[in-house]
Amino acid sequence: MLGEGIVKGLAETARNFLGSYVSKDRLTTVQYPEERLPQIEAARNFPFLVYDGEDWQQGMRCVSCLICEKECPPKCISIEKSKDKKLDASGKPQFYPTVFNIDVSVCMSCQICVEVCPFDAIKMDVDFELSTKDRFGDLLWNKERLSKSNEYYREIHPTEAAAVDAQLAEERAKLEAKSKLAAEAKAAAAATVPAQPAVGATAEK
Amino acid sequence: MTPETIDRIFIIWKHWLLSYAPAGVQPLFSALLSVVPVLAVFPLLFAITTVLERKGLGRIQNRYGPNRVGPYGFFQPIADGVKSLTKEDVVPRTADQAVHFLAPLLLVAAAFLAYAVLPVGRNMVVANLNAGVLFFFAVGSLVELAVFMAGWSSRNKYSLLGAMRAIAQMISYEVPLVLASVVVIMAAGSLSTVTIVNMQASYTGIWPHWFVFTPWGFVGFVLFMIAATAEANRSPFDLPEGESEIVAGYYIEYSGFKFALFFLGEYLGMFATSGMAITLFLGGWAAPFSFLTWVPSYFWFFAKLLVLIAGFIWVRGTLPRLRMDQLMNFAWKFMLPMTLLNIFVAGTWHFMAAGSVRWLVCAVLIFAPSVLLALGLEKGKKKIAARTYRFAE
Repeated sequence: MLGEGIVKGLAETARNFLGSYVSKDRLTTVQYPEERLPQIEAARNFPFLVYDGEDWQQGMRCVSCLICEKECPPKCISIEKSKDKKLDASGKPQFYPTVFNIDVSVCMSCQICVEVCPFDAIKMDVDFELSTKDRFGDLLWNKERLSKSNEYYREIHPTEAAAVDAQLAEERAKLEAKSKLAAEAKAAAAATVPAQPAVGATAEK
Repeated sequence: MTPETIDRIFIIWKHWLLSYAPAGVQPLFSALLSVVPVLAVFPLLFAITTVLERKGLGRIQNRYGPNRVGPYGFFQPIADGVKSLTKEDVVPRTADQAVHFLAPLLLVAAAFLAYAVLPVGRNMVVANLNAGVLFFFAVGSLVELAVFMAGWSSRNKYSLLGAMRAIAQMISYEVPLVLASVVVIMAAGSLSTVTIVNMQASYTGIWPHWFVFTPWGFVGFVLFMIAATAEANRSPFDLPEGESEIVAGYYIEYSGFKFALFFLGEYLGMFATSGMAITLFLGGWAAPFSFLTWVPSYFWFFAKLLVLIAGFIWVRGTLPRLRMDQLMNFAWKFMLPMTLLNIFVAGTWHFMAAGSVRWLVCAVLIFAPSVLLALGLEKGKKKIAARTYRFAE
């Protein structure tokens, strides 16, 4: 029949038009600033530096090994390593970054810095509303702005953070046991033969 | 106030204002008072239509449409207007400056001229010309000139292609457009739009004598609306613009307010042809039922206009764009024979005695050939074999 398809099409669009006023399911639009979809756990947008404890300077995990700076494909990270060592959260003397800057406008959210970090010091944040009116100052984030607590990390990525925490705890326990063992051996050696260890130590080297 | 006064209110105001003018300038002032409302009302209708169209299309696609500016997004045209006014007006260095500048102006001027003969209410017409319908179509052809000026002066391959398409399309569809309206001129025996409307403004019982309620009138109306869609370059006949293939066609090199003028001109053209369809087939300002004649006449005109605009939007939201050969085939192989046939049927109607026999004969005379024509065209189509992919397995 002539024009049958046109009539069918018109009926379909009319159904859509009227249906969008009746059923809410048809309008799938999420009107963003007012309405938001819940964020999925695997969401990632921009890296941040994790710190343990209360003080961000004291608890910073980053030991300024510069691996992330070297690996970063768009080269948006710049780090200056410290000359001195400082005690980290686990009480070990470590280097620390005196400067740690990431350029928001250059970062491509690839997560490679997170993959390569051996200290679990850099992780991905979920905050995506980073637009700013200050073109230069506000797009280069410094150490202070990048630092976020481990509690925050647990909040945004619970599963991942739990795994990292467990791993870190295990490593720390191992380290402690090792140092304890070493201390005990040292103490034992010191007790039996005071002159011998110095020779043994040089031989080892 | 009686319904009579409300119906005449604009005329009363005009005479009241006119009485303040000195006798020497009264003709000029009278013309001004007739023209200014047209210049104010129809662009306003354009503004309302843009937002309604965007919202309607949105709903057809299960979206909200604009809803940010003002209540329910109804101040969107103001934001759009401010935007287009403040945008940089870029003119290509190699463009023909004068023609490039004049094209949008001519388009809008031509679109406005067409309103001169549209009776928007009882005794409300800017100029009651004896050859009103002829004037309307003559002025309507000016649009083609403006379109070609725009396409040629831009010195851009896309704009020229768009203009060529537009010319081919508009000239092709002008023929069925005029021929579809010939039946009304035959029936009314007059080219004056006012006379044509007056002929339709009577009733049998509660039913009006609109020309659309006759077999030839109905077919004429449908054909007229199809041709009007093509004349207004609206979807599914929006090949001259064709964003996906020739990136906005003849107004690719226009920006800022000149682009807005093109937009305005296009919509004004659509309103004008819709208004002409109302005048010719839908009884102009006449009420749809005899018991509704107390409602002011201008209300009916604009109500019908809005219904037709809604129809345009509905069709735009439904049909995909035609191909160039489909467009041309449709115009010359279907529209033209149908309009000619319709003229013949209108003649038959005129010479047969009133009654159901006349209805039946005329309906069959139109229906049977149209089906045969459609079947014949269908048969003549080349069947395209299923495409085989040799390399993309």
